[in-house]
Amino acid sequence: MAAAGEPFLRIENISKFFGPFQAVKDVSLNVAKGEIFSLLGGSGCGKTTLLRMLAGFEEPTSGKIFLDGRDMTGVAPWDRPVHMMFQSYALFPHMSVEKNIGYGLKHEKMSAQKKASRVREMLELVQLVPYATRKPHQISGGQRQRVALARALARQPKLLLLDEPLAALDKKLRERTQFELMSIQQRTGVTFIVVTHDQEEAMTLSDRIAVMDKGEVKQIGSPGEVYEFPNSKFVADFIGSITSFPATILERQTGQLRLSVPALGGEVMARDVPGLSEGQEATLAIRPEKLLISKDRPEGANAFQGTVKDLAYFGKDSLYRVILPSGVLVQAHAVNATRGGEAARVADWDDRVWISFAPSSAIVLAE
Amino acid sequence: MEGNRLSRWFDRKGWSDLLIGAPYVWLLLFFLLPFLIVVAMSLGTKTPTAPPISFGGDYPLFNFQGYVRAVTDTLYFRAFITSLVSAGIATLLCLLIGYPMALGLTRVSKSWRNILLMLVILPFWTSFLLRVYAWMGLMGRSSWFNAGITKIWNAIVPAGWAVDFMPMMHSNFAVVLVMVYTYLPFMILPLYASLERLDPTLDEAALDLGSRPWQVFLDVTLPQSIPGIVAGGMLVFIPAAGELVIPTLVGDASSPMIGRVISDQFSSARDWPMASAIAVVLLVLMVGPAMIYSHFQAKAEGSK
Amino acid sequence: MKRRHTFLVSMLGFGFAFFYIPILSMIVYSFNESRLASVWGGFSTKWYVSLFSNKQVIDALILSLEIALVSASIATILGTMAGIALARFTKFRGRLLFSGLVTAPLIMPEVITGISSLMFFILMAQWIGWPAQRGFTTVTLAHITFSMVFVTTIVQARMLQSDRSIEEAAMDLGSRPWEVLRDVTLPVISPAVMSGWLLAFTISLDDVVITSFTTGPGSTTLPLLIWSKVKLGVTPDINALATLMVGIVAIGVVIAGIFMNRAEHRRQRDEQMAFRANG
Repeated sequence: MAAAGEPFLRIENISKFFGPFQAVKDVSLNVAKGEIFSLLGGSGCGKTTLLRMLAGFEEPTSGKIFLDGRDMTGVAPWDRPVHMMFQSYALFPHMSVEKNIGYGLKHEKMSAQKKASRVREMLELVQLVPYATRKPHQISGGQRQRVALARALARQPKLLLLDEPLAALDKKLRERTQFELMSIQQRTGVTFIVVTHDQEEAMTLSDRIAVMDKGEVKQIGSPGEVYEFPNSKFVADFIGSITSFPATILERQTGQLRLSVPALGGEVMARDVPGLSEGQEATLAIRPEKLLISKDRPEGANAFQGTVKDLAYFGKDSLYRVILPSGVLVQAHAVNATRGGEAARVADWDDRVWISFAPSSAIVLAE
Repeated sequence: MEGNRLSRWFDRKGWSDLLIGAPYVWLLLFFLLPFLIVVAMSLGTKTPTAPPISFGGDYPLFNFQGYVRAVTDTLYFRAFITSLVSAGIATLLCLLIGYPMALGLTRVSKSWRNILLMLVILPFWTSFLLRVYAWMGLMGRSSWFNAGITKIWNAIVPAGWAVDFMPMMHSNFAVVLVMVYTYLPFMILPLYASLERLDPTLDEAALDLGSRPWQVFLDVTLPQSIPGIVAGGMLVFIPAAGELVIPTLVGDASSPMIGRVISDQFSSARDWPMASAIAVVLLVLMVGPAMIYSHFQAKAEGSK
Repeated sequence: MKRRHTFLVSMLGFGFAFFYIPILSMIVYSFNESRLASVWGGFSTKWYVSLFSNKQVIDALILSLEIALVSASIATILGTMAGIALARFTKFRGRLLFSGLVTAPLIMPEVITGISSLMFFILMAQWIGWPAQRGFTTVTLAHITFSMVFVTTIVQARMLQSDRSIEEAAMDLGSRPWEVLRDVTLPVISPAVMSGWLLAFTISLDDVVITSFTTGPGSTTLPLLIWSKVKLGVTPDINALATLMVGIVAIGVVIAGIFMNRAEHRRQRDEQMAFRANG
């Protein structure tokens, strides 16, 4: 058992080289028991390599992995209490659904009867009882995904690794499966590590997210933290869409910053970020949905006038592209709260409008 | 812990060493070593002992006589030329017959295609020797086939050229004909494989752009099937050049092919150095270009 | 397509006529009463009768089948090992030489393989006293060596197609590498292994040149027996033997074709099943 205060999974200064190429750069992170933890990043960011090191398929060049207090260095994949759900599902094509699910149990010392009931339990968990005797190529993609999940869970691993678990499913199925995955995780209590390139998937599934880029962990936090308080331009840009402008810090007041933003044609008030100093060059970033659009001048600070250049109607909301006097284009989302189609929208092409945002919505980054 | 360590070593490394090692050692022992023996023998001196070869002592340690004779003696030179020319002509004929057949296979309906492909492969599963033998029956002077050909010949040539039968057996013509017959499937299959992969819409695009069918063939189909032509060509040329069975059964004994010469030097003349030297020269002539080609091929693929 | 392929179709017709007329002629003449192979003397099955009562032929056939069975089986084991090793281990010491050794026998002229094996056996007998005499063992060893590389080629190609992650999945679920091989890799590539065996068997059963060099007195395989008879000219009992061999192969190929056809139908049905399960 882990000592008190010892995290369930501890990754300590892990680096991995493939020849001269460094795929993972000095990554450290902790995962608590029962957490759904996501590694989020684009292709080639090192997330899959990190996952394969957890599974034991790759040995770290340096650094250590501790699982439940045990050093995993040199432990072979087949000896690790860690199971993986592969992106391609990797079902054994020559075995039926139940044989696939029961495969890992071969290595458990338990009676045949107990094994059979465990397989049954797993089939029930993923609702595949009627398909138990079918072969993988005789079932649908969504069902295969569930077989892969059941197979990886059957031996009750301490850690379940999911490599792009939803990537092969179509959009509708993906949304349904996300919630299924979460409920299965709650019922089994197994710690999940999810690798994904899809930020929405990471946001809905995870308790915490590690955003990775070029082998490094850029930020670790809850979905809300990484979305609302990104610590770098990369994270802000990777998660959700964002508009950013160069800015100069004019003044630090208690809890507030006053910035000069030439692109917006004026000064902006924003929430203070520690570590910044007056006169420093910085970046102001705003999410489109935090920008309000109105015909009349709104109350308070941070309001700028511009002209509607483009608009797109999406049904539930509309996207406006507003051109400012400085020539800069900003994007603003507005929810279409009333029913009335095109006639009910806030502004039309070439209308003069105000865009504004709350000081707490402005993200100031020190780069 | 001892047994434990052994099983850990086996899981980690031992099993893969075994997987690689067993076939590796086998090939080193039963293929590379015998081949190195051939190379060594080619430098020895023929003696009336058993085995009929010697190095050092009363004899030179390295004797290059075999190589000198292999490239200067007109008998061997002619044998090389006969082999390479026969194999070359056979390869060309296989290409000329096999290419339209392979192209034809890609154009017939799916169900026909499977049956016809099976018919191409079927002779391959039957005995090679018997396929050669079948032609011996046809080419013999009193066979129905020879009689038919003779009749046609006599009908079209001036009376003075008429013959009683066509002298087909025991000639270089017979060797080439039987080579084409036995090796044609080796040409058709790689050609078919490379032609089948071609996108038919490319053809249609070229036709749509105003090309005539034969231009489409020259501009689109032919260039894309070059890998298939090369693969098929090597599969026919290499075994044909070293062929022993066909020239022995239907060839002209007065102008032997190189495979026959190697075999005779070795078995009848018991001249191991000579047989080995010719074998090495043949390998360099045939396998050398093939290795160079595949080296450049691999390089071209690697740089893509 | 509307275009007619008159030329291509007539080439196919010509090609198949070229393939099959000699064989058909051989079959017809196997039922020839006359001893003169090329003169039709009426229908008879006497050559078949004489074939079956010829002990030499039966013995040679049995020896050939024994050699083919043993050599194909060992060649399949070694060739499959090499194919898996080459496909799965991209880096090990001597890999370049190994892959060279696996391709070289494919392009080596049979005469050279034959004399090199014979010299090897003669010198071995002289140096270490083994093999004391040439025959079943030496022929089988030579056949294994040059047919295993065909198995390797087939298995390697199949391995490169298969999804590597299923092997990792098995390992991840607690199987040691050799268990993965037994439970997953081999079952998945088994069709390739079987066709490799069949090819090795056929190659061994058909070989003349290498066998003629590596065999010894008293060990005459069927191809060697045919070889010695055919060198003397065309004889009707060889026609009968050829007809039987062609017939057996044709039946085998037709049966294989039916099985393949069935497998194809089953695959289509499964795909439809999966499609319905999707709904």
